[in-house]
Amino acid sequence: MKEKFTTLTSTAVPLPIENIDTDQIIPARFLKATTREGFGDNLFRDWRYEGNDAPRAGFVLNDARYGGRILLAGKNFGCGSSREHAAWAIYDYGFRVVVSSFFADIFKNNALNNGLLPVVVSDGFLRAALQAVTENPATELVVNLEQQFIQLGAHREVFDINTYKKTCLLNGYDDIDYLLSLHDEIRKFDVAHP
Amino acid sequence: MHQPRTIFEKIWDEHVVKRAPGYPDVLFIDRHYIHEVTSPQAFDGLRRRGIGVFNTQRTTATADHNVPTKDQHLPIKEALSRHQVETLRANCREFGIALYDLGHPFQGIVHIIGPELGFTLPGMTVVCGDSHTSTHGAFGSIAFGIGTSEVEQVLATQCVLQSRPKTMRIEINGPLDKGVVSKDIILYIIAQMSASGATGYFVEYAGDTIRSLSMEARMTICNMSIEMGARGGLIAPDEKTFAYIRGRRFAPAGAAFEAAVARWRHLVSDEGAVYDQVLQVDARAITPMITYGTNPGMGMGISDRIPTVEELKEISEQASFTKSLEYMGLAPGQPLLGKPIDYVFIGSCTNARIEDLRLVASVVKGKRKAAHVEVWVIPGSKQVEAQAREEGLDRIFEEAGFELRGPGCSACLGMNEDKVPAGKYCVSTSNRNFEGRQGPRSRTFLASPLTAASAAITGTVSDIRDLLG
Ligand code: SF4
Repeated sequence: MKEKFTTLTSTAVPLPIENIDTDQIIPARFLKATTREGFGDNLFRDWRYEGNDAPRAGFVLNDARYGGRILLAGKNFGCGSSREHAAWAIYDYGFRVVVSSFFADIFKNNALNNGLLPVVVSDGFLRAALQAVTENPATELVVNLEQQFIQLGAHREVFDINTYKKTCLLNGYDDIDYLLSLHDEIRKFDVAHP
Repeated sequence: MHQPRTIFEKIWDEHVVKRAPGYPDVLFIDRHYIHEVTSPQAFDGLRRRGIGVFNTQRTTATADHNVPTKDQHLPIKEALSRHQVETLRANCREFGIALYDLGHPFQGIVHIIGPELGFTLPGMTVVCGDSHTSTHGAFGSIAFGIGTSEVEQVLATQCVLQSRPKTMRIEINGPLDKGVVSKDIILYIIAQMSASGATGYFVEYAGDTIRSLSMEARMTICNMSIEMGARGGLIAPDEKTFAYIRGRRFAPAGAAFEAAVARWRHLVSDEGAVYDQVLQVDARAITPMITYGTNPGMGMGISDRIPTVEELKEISEQASFTKSLEYMGLAPGQPLLGKPIDYVFIGSCTNARIEDLRLVASVVKGKRKAAHVEVWVIPGSKQVEAQAREEGLDRIFEEAGFELRGPGCSACLGMNEDKVPAGKYCVSTSNRNFEGRQGPRSRTFLASPLTAASAAITGTVSDIRDLLG
């Protein structure tokens, strides 16, 4: 069982950069752990800290004005490697939703498999949200999974999600539970396809 | 009469165990590769659930991502890396999975050893917790990278849940110019497509240029499909594919091989099959390529100049573009030819097969690297290394001042000690130029083995065609 996700009202952290790749989210040298926990400390490591581990001024995670459980990021978020550590790091840091106008495929799957909701919005919505949050860090967004919408002030946008994945998130199910229930069918298939 | 289908659709449909409306397909996986970095949490999951591996014969393991490339016979010095490799060993033992460990004659980068050992075959579904699994598509298989939760799914059930991607056909026709190799083709395509242009698609590469390429060169192309966002990329198998597979260690042999080839011959896209997108590429337009930015889509011909901010297609890209060039220490509109470089990395699952090493050796034979440049040649596998030594390539490298080391991912992702220092420039045959990819604050120029060899000799970004005369 994973944590359930239903609806979230939160402030957000703006990161208006395109093509944020998994090496930025969690650099390879921090992938040496053999558990899923603790990756949040190194989320955006090289943007967040100087070489001497001092927090880098000007990076949004070091800016006390911004916080919340929603990350707002530029187009093509999560491109690059398949490392699920990227999703773990974002989740472990405390985010539950990433909003972007475009996600890389593998990242999207990894996020969904870990109770982190990727919300795809229009370019216009993203621009408006980034601007609103940047100007007023107290701005809250509402993300409602049940009804599949995200709301900024009066501006509401519907987002897409696979029905099955939605059910999983709402109930905290994971894919293995489902696949294990198909064991006999899969076994037959395995034997027939040497 | 069947509806005409693409090769992708044929393989996919054949592997669907269950399809239900609103659900992703339950896709059966023929071949699963694992390595030390993305598997430990998956094995933990099995233990937590108290279940074993569904079919141990379908999974193969190797240690590659953070192994040292020097003194591989000694225990790994770095404690965390050692722990990760030891965890892989213990997991493989506990769950009964074959492991090609450090020191084994078959050890190497997972995407190099799979094909080399004859594990990857046409018509298969292939996955690994690594995005460059797309490499295996060169054999006419559906191969893609997965996350650790999915690694656990495959170990537990031999299946993954996947929505079927859209299909794209990229047709490349025409002869290749002197000094232009398969790496240049794929860097050229990615520069056209951008780093996200193929997201949501599975690509089929076709056309006479692709047919003319060796299997190793085809692997280089499929390898980088992920760098334009594609789920994977494949090439329909042909006589070259069958010839490559024949006699490989774990490939079918004798009558079984002949029977398999007869089946594999049907793995072509039917006349009239429909793709969601089709792209034509004229191979004559491709020159040696180099990247200037911090994603593989930021590439250009070696003698071109970096675009200016005004030349960008989308205004929204400006901020990221500027940030990227600042990171690289480069200016908009600047040419790269003549730019001094510090390191050359010849390696990775993109370009560390024997043909790549031969290409490099052919250029550097009898020459010496520039004095200020450090050159690492990291073979893709123990077998590639052995072959290189047998052919005397090691002596050519040594005379040129290059260091030939043991196999592994090495400076492709900088998880072991092979890191490019902060601020230094590296011409690299790997696949990613992301910020910090080759070490914190390192700066990467992606290029072909030929262009990398040329850079090593001249000490600058240079045009291989000048060296070839
Ligand atoms: S060589 Fe690089 S890209 Fe290939 S598997 Fe290793 S780390 Fe990944």
